[in-house]
Amino acid sequence: MTKIVRRAYAGTIESSDVYVELEPCDCGIDIQIESVVMKQFGDAIRSVVFEMFEQLEVESAKVKIVDRGALDCVIRARVEAAIKRGEAEQI
Amino acid sequence: MRRSMLFLPGNTPNIIINGDELGADAVILDLEDAVAPSEKDAARILVRNAIRLMKFEKSEVLVRINSMDSEYWKSDLDEIVPLKPDVIMPPKMSCAADVQAIDAYITKLESSLGIESNSVKLMPLIETALGVENAFQIAMASRRVCALQLGGEDLTADLRCKRTREGNEIDYARKRLVCAARAAGVDAYDTPFTDVNDDEGIYADTEYAKSLGFTGKASISPRHVTAINQVFSPSQEDIDYAYEVMEAIRIAKEQGRGAISLRGKMIDAPIVARAQQTIAMAEELLMMAGGGNE
Repeated sequence: MTKIVRRAYAGTIESSDVYVELEPCDCGIDIQIESVVMKQFGDAIRSVVFEMFEQLEVESAKVKIVDRGALDCVIRARVEAAIKRGEAEQI
Repeated sequence: MRRSMLFLPGNTPNIIINGDELGADAVILDLEDAVAPSEKDAARILVRNAIRLMKFEKSEVLVRINSMDSEYWKSDLDEIVPLKPDVIMPPKMSCAADVQAIDAYITKLESSLGIESNSVKLMPLIETALGVENAFQIAMASRRVCALQLGGEDLTADLRCKRTREGNEIDYARKRLVCAARAAGVDAYDTPFTDVNDDEGIYADTEYAKSLGFTGKASISPRHVTAINQVFSPSQEDIDYAYEVMEAIRIAKEQGRGAISLRGKMIDAPIVARAQQTIAMAEELLMMAGGGNE
């Protein structure tokens, strides 16, 4: 299991990018999403973000996503970078 | 075929996602100069995902890793080699030992990942005075080396001179690099022309590079790609002449003649080889045009 122990972020709010911010919490995965394509892709973004947390075995974090039309591979990259920046040693 | 190679900053999604549509024969996803030290980790992950999940169908993909004097180059290779990129471009290669160190690390990764040995190729970036002087040894240092790339900006800093539009200060390096690469049997690529708004300059600079024997040219701007592709493509006149040469050869063979002349000039082996290269390139370009790349 990976534990988020510090506030961390990755990505930007440039076009085609996504800004991901994480904070430690004991609330499970709590995701807040703001996106220019929220209506069309909000659920898909949420699902990709959840998948990355599952893949990297993070069970708890407060997550803020500001999406500027990022592709799936970009969202995955930014979530992974944020997690690696905020994680503690694997326990 | 690599006429043009376009550098794309490795941490900029809106540029990378359009990389395959910019007309370049190759794109170089850059983890080095275009990425701030605080973003190296994020760029590495983004480039890895882009290679793994995006389809680059029109452009070959190269990755420029960080230099060996940084703390990043091994992490770059750890992330990128598993994806079997077409070519890795290590910067600031100054001697054969530099290439051999990179080669050894990639060999270890290939072995642990079960990737065929020597499948990842290298295009050393020569951008120091020492690198220029050692260019032939660098090109011969590993079976992985497929070409040498000249880097004019860092080189002029190392030479302690200004980079100019005319490029006299890198003329020796250009000629030495081409000679070293050809002697080693690999390709040579010219340094980017750095003035994005100088439309005449890019043509002149590229034509000069071609005249020296370079295979193609790198670029830092999509605006330069068309000019580079045009200059490094054979002209219709070149193509017509190449077919004439091959036809003259065919007729001479039929007639059992040894000495062949065309337009008053003897046709010898180098002219035939050049004609064959021109025809092969013309046919490849025709196929690409059919696929909608040009």
